[in-house]
Amino acid sequence: MIEISLTIDTNLVRKILTGFLHDEITRAGYSRAVVNLSGGIDSAVSLFLAAEALGPQNVMAICLPYKSSSADSLEHALMLVNQIGCPSVTINITEMVDPLITREAGMSAVRKGNIMARTRMIVAYDQSEAFKGLVVGTGNKTEILLGYTTLFGDSACAINPIGDLYKTQVRQLARALAIPEVIIAKPPSADLWAGQTDEGELGFTYEDVDKLLLLLVDQRYRPEECIEAGFDEKFVRNVVDRIRRYQFKRVLPPIAKLSSRTVGYDFLYLRDWGT
Amino acid sequence: MKLNLGIAQINTRLGNVQANLEKHLSLAKQAWQDGMDVLVFPELSLTGYVLQDLVPAVACRAESEDLVFRHLLDASREIDLVVGFVDEDTRHRFYIASAYLSQGEVVHIHHKVYLPTYGLFDEGRFFAPGESIRAFDTRFGRFGMLICEDFWHASPPYLLWQDGADLLLLSSASPGRGLNGGPKLETSEWVEHINRAYASLFTIFVAHTNRTGFEDGLNFWGGSTIFDPNGKLVKQAPYFEEALIKTEIDLNQLHRTRSRLPLLRDERPELIQRELERILHDRN
Repeated sequence: MIEISLTIDTNLVRKILTGFLHDEITRAGYSRAVVNLSGGIDSAVSLFLAAEALGPQNVMAICLPYKSSSADSLEHALMLVNQIGCPSVTINITEMVDPLITREAGMSAVRKGNIMARTRMIVAYDQSEAFKGLVVGTGNKTEILLGYTTLFGDSACAINPIGDLYKTQVRQLARALAIPEVIIAKPPSADLWAGQTDEGELGFTYEDVDKLLLLLVDQRYRPEECIEAGFDEKFVRNVVDRIRRYQFKRVLPPIAKLSSRTVGYDFLYLRDWGT
Repeated sequence: MKLNLGIAQINTRLGNVQANLEKHLSLAKQAWQDGMDVLVFPELSLTGYVLQDLVPAVACRAESEDLVFRHLLDASREIDLVVGFVDEDTRHRFYIASAYLSQGEVVHIHHKVYLPTYGLFDEGRFFAPGESIRAFDTRFGRFGMLICEDFWHASPPYLLWQDGADLLLLSSASPGRGLNGGPKLETSEWVEHINRAYASLFTIFVAHTNRTGFEDGLNFWGGSTIFDPNGKLVKQAPYFEEALIKTEIDLNQLHRTRSRLPLLRDERPELIQRELERILHDRN
């Protein structure tokens, strides 16, 4: 296997990401943010970056347990809230979720998980309006590329500071931000049902897939070259297929073109237009 | 001879020319009061960078009747200015441009020759490419201007050198990218390397003015530099922060460096011309 380094200079990354959050939130006319805090590492990093960029008093942490959520999740989320001293709200989403879930017997775990993720999105956007803060995203580059996310659920946000960092790079940044080791070290999980882990569901580890993604995406290796470099062929084919299959989660829905100027094709402006 | 060179490493408002103009005028005043002779702004400093469909709306003409340039030309009576803008020609083609203004006159306009249209860049979609690379005389000596991708190619700095430029005024709106574990972005490393290389290879001064701030997810990394004819870093602005920096440049360094290292004297452009003609002939 060739040497593949995912090491980042955390000072450099931290400087860019806090500047990004501060500038982009401010020019949108806001001075505050809200973050859905799961108790896991990704949302912890987004919360800490937002607090550093805007001041902890300007960031609302939202904790949204469901009845089957692991007790650790809420405990870890509140540990983070205490550490940085930001305002927080805890809303148990069971009474929002269950009326829909219980309408059908034997609903699949995927459907239930999606309903929970999208319920959390509803609460985040409601708190966004109440607190007058933009929703800061918590999706990392690995899960975006693998499509391991609920569309309009956990992927929904106004601005995402960590979407160009692989999971293993998020871990490095988490250590630099002094996020407690217990949160960094625990197995990543969407926590939608008991015992669920990302790596169990995906069938490979973040450490392995991040190296493969770095070659495929950042360094533009062909799949065959990744296999030559020492990656298992089935693993490579699986990941290449996931990247292609989930492109729909990474783009806005296509609009059928009819006129001579159509949003998404030839009506091109940045969001920062005029600011 | 000494030249007090100013670098205005600024952030811009995207598509808000009036706000950017006010910032230019205020910094020009400040720089003049601080004794600077020339103040250089970054690429597209009057408009912002990722303009896309805003291009026709922000374009102007570098002439005294223009509502934006009349103020800049007025300001240039006190201090020479290099500003970045979208130039619309009489046939309504749009160029990424830099103008050198001095004593109420437009001394020179450079149109960006190389428009990056790959990766995150899409300039060729919105702009026409420039057609010339020329040095020009100022009251401080002969200078040359290039814009960002122009100096990622080796030939434009070479041509300006041969056309008599002793100071290159390079401007950029360079989106930062490339994490390699080190404390600098790969873009910063690359641009600093080639700036130092041009100063060393051509025994000239090379001043690079880059912008700061963000446009959507793109960061602009600042870190503007001035290298002397020995390739020595004279001054560097901070990364990522706005800055107005003044550097006294001793133009007599050209005499000292070229006495030691006569690369300009020994350069053989006629040989290059012959070989290029042969290469192009063979290619066809």
